[in-house]
Amino acid sequence: MTPAPAKLLIIGVGNSYRSDDGIGISVLHRLREQVPGEIRTLEATGEGTALMESWKDAAAVIMVDAVRSGAPPGTIHRLDAHAGQIPKRFFHYSTHAFGIAEAIELSRALGLLPRRLVVYGIEGKSFAAGVGLSTEVEQAGATVVALMVNESHTC
Amino acid sequence: MKNRTVQVENLARVEGEVALFVKIKNEHVTEVQLKIFEPPRFFEAFLRGRKFSEVPDITARICGICPVAYQMSACHAVEDAFGVEIEEPIRALRRLLYCGEWIESHTLHVYLLHAPDFLGYEDAFGMAKDHPGVVQRGLRLKKAGNEIMALLGGREIHPINVRVGGFYKVPSKQEFTALAENLKWARDAALETVLWVAAFSFPQVERQYEFVALRHPHDYPFNQGRLVSDKGLDIAVREYDQEFVEEQVPHSNALHSVHRDRGPYLVGPQARYNLNFDRLSPLARDAARAAGLGTLCRNPFQSIIVRSVEILYACDEALRIIREIDMPEKPAADFEPRASTGYSCTEAPRGILYHYYRLDERGVILDAKIVPPTSQNQKTIEDDLRQLVQANLKMSKNQLQWQCEQAIRNYDPCISCATHFLKLHIENQ
Repeated sequence: MTPAPAKLLIIGVGNSYRSDDGIGISVLHRLREQVPGEIRTLEATGEGTALMESWKDAAAVIMVDAVRSGAPPGTIHRLDAHAGQIPKRFFHYSTHAFGIAEAIELSRALGLLPRRLVVYGIEGKSFAAGVGLSTEVEQAGATVVALMVNESHTC
Repeated sequence: MKNRTVQVENLARVEGEVALFVKIKNEHVTEVQLKIFEPPRFFEAFLRGRKFSEVPDITARICGICPVAYQMSACHAVEDAFGVEIEEPIRALRRLLYCGEWIESHTLHVYLLHAPDFLGYEDAFGMAKDHPGVVQRGLRLKKAGNEIMALLGGREIHPINVRVGGFYKVPSKQEFTALAENLKWARDAALETVLWVAAFSFPQVERQYEFVALRHPHDYPFNQGRLVSDKGLDIAVREYDQEFVEEQVPHSNALHSVHRDRGPYLVGPQARYNLNFDRLSPLARDAARAAGLGTLCRNPFQSIIVRSVEILYACDEALRIIREIDMPEKPAADFEPRASTGYSCTEAPRGILYHYYRLDERGVILDAKIVPPTSQNQKTIEDDLRQLVQANLKMSKNQLQWQCEQAIRNYDPCISCATHFLKLHIENQ
C-alpha cells in the first residue's frame, strides 16, 4: 500500500488527572516527537461523538487508551475494529457511557467506520484521582509507542 | 409474585457505574438502593494547597460531559471570595459557552442514550440502523454545541480558555458571526427534535417533587440567580449549606444530598423548566406548548421533552448573544486575591452544581466542597423507583427491569460526578 500520511489520524485518549488513565495522553505526547509532522494527532477524553467527528475524514485511525479488562497491569491489547465488535467492558474507565466502543459500533451501523481502525489498550492499575503512572503502565507505554510508530508506517 | 428481588447491575446508557437493588416482600417494595461502587474521587482533597487559578482546569476534569459547569461554578465561587465583579460582555460570553455545553450534553442524552428506550431499541446502534437520518441529525446538532466550545473554550473538550475573571482570549466578532450560520440550522433541528420526542409514548406518572433551581431576574438560569423551589425556598447561594445537608449512606459511595427539613428534592431540566418557564425565549415556550407540555411538567418520563426544549432554548439564546454582543475591552476582570470564602451554584446540564472554597491571602485553597447534581437527585431517583416497582408488580421481570433502567435514565445521571463515578449488571432472583 502507498503511504498516505495526511489520511492517518493518531488519537491519544485519557485523563491525566486520573493516574493510569493518563497513559493514552502520555503515549501521544511521545509519539508526536517520532512521527512525521504531517500526521494528524489528537488528544481526546474518549467521548464517543467527538471521536466519530474526528475520524470522519480519516482513512486510517490508530488510537491508544488505558483499559481495564482484568488482565495484569501493563498488558497490551491490540483491537482491530474490522475484526469484530470491540468489547465495551474494556473501556469502563472512560467516564462516558458513550465512549470508544460505542463510537466504533455507531460508526459501523451508519457506514462511517474508517477503512482501518486499530485501538491499542494498555491495562491500567490505578484510576484514582491524581497524577502519575504506575511503573508497569509506564513501561508498557514505551512499548506501545514503538508499536504505533511501526503501525503508522503501514497505514 | 410475593417475594422477589430485582437486581440491575451495570446499568447501561448512564454516565459511570451504578447498580440497582430492589427488594419486594409480600407484594410491597421494602428496599430500593441505587448502589454506586466507585471509590470517592477525592477531588476536594486534591484541591487543597492548589492556587485559585488552577481550580477551573482541575475541577473541569471531574467530568468529561460537563466541564464547563465545573469551570463556571469554580470561577464564580472564587470571584465571590475575591469580590470580583463580572461585567456584561464577559457574562454574556459565559452564557454562550454554557449554551454550547447544554446543546452538546442534552443532545447526546436525548438521541443516543434516552430515545432508544422510547422506540424499543436496546441501544443507539439498533436505532441507527433503522433511523440513520435521525441519528445523523442528532450528531450534527450536538456538533453545533461542540463548535461553540471549540471557539470560546479553546478546544471541544476540557476547555482551556476559561479563567477566574473571564477568559484568556476572546475570539473576534467575525468568528462568532461564523458560528451563527450552523446555529440557525441547529435551532431548526432542535425544534424538530422537540416535536419528534413529543410523539413518543409516555407512562402516566405524576410525581410531587420539590423542584430546586436557580432563578434570575430576567434570564433562564445558567450562571447566576437565587436558589428557589416550588415549596417556598428562596435563598442566596451562600446560604446553601444552611438549607441542604449531605448524608452518607452505607450502600453508595456518593453522598446523598437532602433538604434539612423536607428531604429529597429534584434538580435539573425539569426543575429549571417548572420554576423558570416564563424566562424561556418565546420560541422555546411555543415549542413546549406545541409539544403538549404545560408550564409545569411532573412526569419524569417527559424529561426528554423538557431537555429538548432546553436544547432549542440554548440554540436560540446562543444566536441572540452572538447577534447582540458588544466585544469586551479586555478578556478578564482585574482582581487581587484575599483571605476569604466564596460560594456559587451554576446550572450544569443535570442541575445545580455547588462549589465552596476557603482561600488564604495568596489565593491558595484551604478547603473545598463540591456538590454535583446527581448526588442531589439520587434519593429522588430511589423514590421514583420505589413507586414504579410498587405500581408494576405484575410486570414480567424483564419488563420491570427495563422500566427501572428507563426511569433512572430520566435523570441523565452522571455518576462520574456523583462519586465525586458508575457500573451495570442485570440479575434477577
